Amino acid sequence: MKKIIISICISILITASLVAQDRTLPNIKVKTLSGKSINIQSVENDGNPIVISFWATWCKPCKKELNTIAEIYEEWQDETGVKLVAVSIDDARSMSKVAPYINSADWDYEVYLDPNRELARALNVSTVPHTFLLNGKGKIVWEHKGYIDGDEEELYEQIEKISK
Amino acid sequence: MKRNLLLSFIFISPYFVFSQDNLGEIHGNFETNLQSYNEDLSIEAEEADEIILNNAYLNILYNKGNFSAGLRYESYLNALKDYDPQYKGNGIPYRFASYSTDGLEVTVGSFYEQFGSGLIFRTYEDKGLGVDNAMDGIRLKYSPISGLYLKSFIGKSRTYFDYSEGILRGADAEFNINEALNLDIKTNYILGGSFVSRFQEDKNPVFNLPQNVSAMSGRINIIRGGLYYYGEYAYKINDPVGAFTMDKNNYATGSAIVNNITYSQRGFGISFESHRVDHMEFRSERAKEKEFIINYIPSLSKLHAYTLMALYPCATQPEGEIGFQTDLFYKIEKGTLLGGKYGTKIDMNFSRTNSLNGGNSFLNDSNEHTPMLISFKGEELYFSDFNIEIYKKLSNKTRVNLLISKQKYNKDILEGKTKGEYGIINSIIGVIDISYKIKQGHTLRVELQGLLSEQEDKNAKYADGDWSMILAEYTISPNWFFTFQDMYNWGNPYVEKQLHYSNVSVGYLKGANRFEIGYGKKRAGIFCVGGVCKEVPSSNGLNLNISSSF
Repeated sequence: MKKIIISICISILITASLVAQDRTLPNIKVKTLSGKSINIQSVENDGNPIVISFWATWCKPCKKELNTIAEIYEEWQDETGVKLVAVSIDDARSMSKVAPYINSADWDYEVYLDPNRELARALNVSTVPHTFLLNGKGKIVWEHKGYIDGDEEELYEQIEKISK
Repeated sequence: MKRNLLLSFIFISPYFVFSQDNLGEIHGNFETNLQSYNEDLSIEAEEADEIILNNAYLNILYNKGNFSAGLRYESYLNALKDYDPQYKGNGIPYRFASYSTDGLEVTVGSFYEQFGSGLIFRTYEDKGLGVDNAMDGIRLKYSPISGLYLKSFIGKSRTYFDYSEGILRGADAEFNINEALNLDIKTNYILGGSFVSRFQEDKNPVFNLPQNVSAMSGRINIIRGGLYYYGEYAYKINDPVGAFTMDKNNYATGSAIVNNITYSQRGFGISFESHRVDHMEFRSERAKEKEFIINYIPSLSKLHAYTLMALYPCATQPEGEIGFQTDLFYKIEKGTLLGGKYGTKIDMNFSRTNSLNGGNSFLNDSNEHTPMLISFKGEELYFSDFNIEIYKKLSNKTRVNLLISKQKYNKDILEGKTKGEYGIINSIIGVIDISYKIKQGHTLRVELQGLLSEQEDKNAKYADGDWSMILAEYTISPNWFFTFQDMYNWGNPYVEKQLHYSNVSVGYLKGANRFEIGYGKKRAGIFCVGGVCKEVPSSNGLNLNISSSF
């Protein structure tokens, strides 16, 4: 048994060392607020950067992050053409609060639902907030766990680096 | 043995098969939680024989086009005290391979799945709660035409490092009418139905138990602009425990109904949710503990983020309850009298849950008996909460969050005590949360919380009484945080229990890595996520948490 586990691990390491580390979005479906299923790979932004932020209505730092960015989002868009995609991991308990919350908060983000965390799991997101930055070619170039006040500035620096 | 060989093959195969072109991607995440346990008689914290306990896991995922495979290595040496000790040792309990082609997706091995809102079936993992009821088996998803989504599975559900004796089979269909018929109308209609059945051999020599226990549900979702409706009804056939005496076997059936309506427009949102649940716990084996539950009935109450607001959390009583919850979200525009320079956000929430009239079907143990459909007045209250949250940015440097909540908590029912032991606890909780930006990247945040409580039954056993809490957090973006918090049970009716629970912690974050070290006392209590709760013992010691992803 142990030998087998070790051999699996070795095979993983060999494969891992050979695999190109260009990271892209997985082939997973999420739902729009109007109940439509879409593949997350179909999210695009005309070759401009995309931020994908995992959040939930019960997560204080997530809402702080997204509310803070909402205040400066227009500027960010004008300067870099960036688009923010907010993926909610709210499950059946709080999923129906997502639309009222984002509408009342006046967010201009693209919002998707991932109630059983299929996308979150496929991107190894274990806690929220967790933010990914994708370049114009859809490659994940940066990620960040958690949010503390001021983190949006680092995110913006990263966006500026890759915007045209 | 064979399974492991197959697994090695899965992981080696990409090396051979795809060596020509793009090799695909490998990613993962790792987390370890280490905690030391010192004896502290004042808070009834016990020392651990091992001194240090550790939970750790590593996820690895491989993706290449339409193919993906993954595994999770888990290590409990030994499990932290807030975990069930049956999580013991090391292993790879989670591994899968999956591919999709022309609308068909095939998964073998471990998977998580949810039908509808989860009323009859949901498998998921929550590391914080120690819940992981992943399926092991085969799952197919197929979309023959746009707008029609079919899912089916067969397998066994995980509990700790084992799999249930019951074999679970299920199917779900969802039909998005507008998508399928390419309708260009404003209203969206989505219909769905699911069926799940469990087979477990009847070894009872006396009684004829159903070997196949099934549950079914139907749902409808209507969306038009800012208006949203979701309704689901579920039914479960009788599932006696298989005891040897008639009076211990219960042949009652179960049912549940959920209704959610929300409306929102720019700056404003409102929602109303309700459910009625009667004998609806569905388990992967007859007569097993709650760790074997395979459906999900979330509690109708706001999930609070502040400690004292969540001190007395609501938990669903799947054996029988009726409840509702309503939320109002409102943003006062900037430039108005109340909105000020930056605008003001107000969230209000009210929730209430009580027993079913006439008792649940389980208590009545009869196929014919049905408790009254709707009844609030005069029933035993389980939980109620009225709360308001106001969020205001005062200046470029200062933000304030104010909350007030009035809660009623039936400790006997929600914590499974004897009826009349504690009765209902009424509490009022207030929170002030202020963040102040000292300079670029440096922020100080302070939380002040207070809870005043009173028991309705003066002759009942004393609960914990009044609490206060202070939290101070200094953060340096993007890398550091320092936190101090102290909970003080100053109003405990027993003087020797008027204790402080203090904690300090330091964290370092860089990119996808996070390190946190802390020291202090934790209070014994109920910890909940999504209406699923676990009891956490008190502890005193050092903890170290490292998480990372690649």
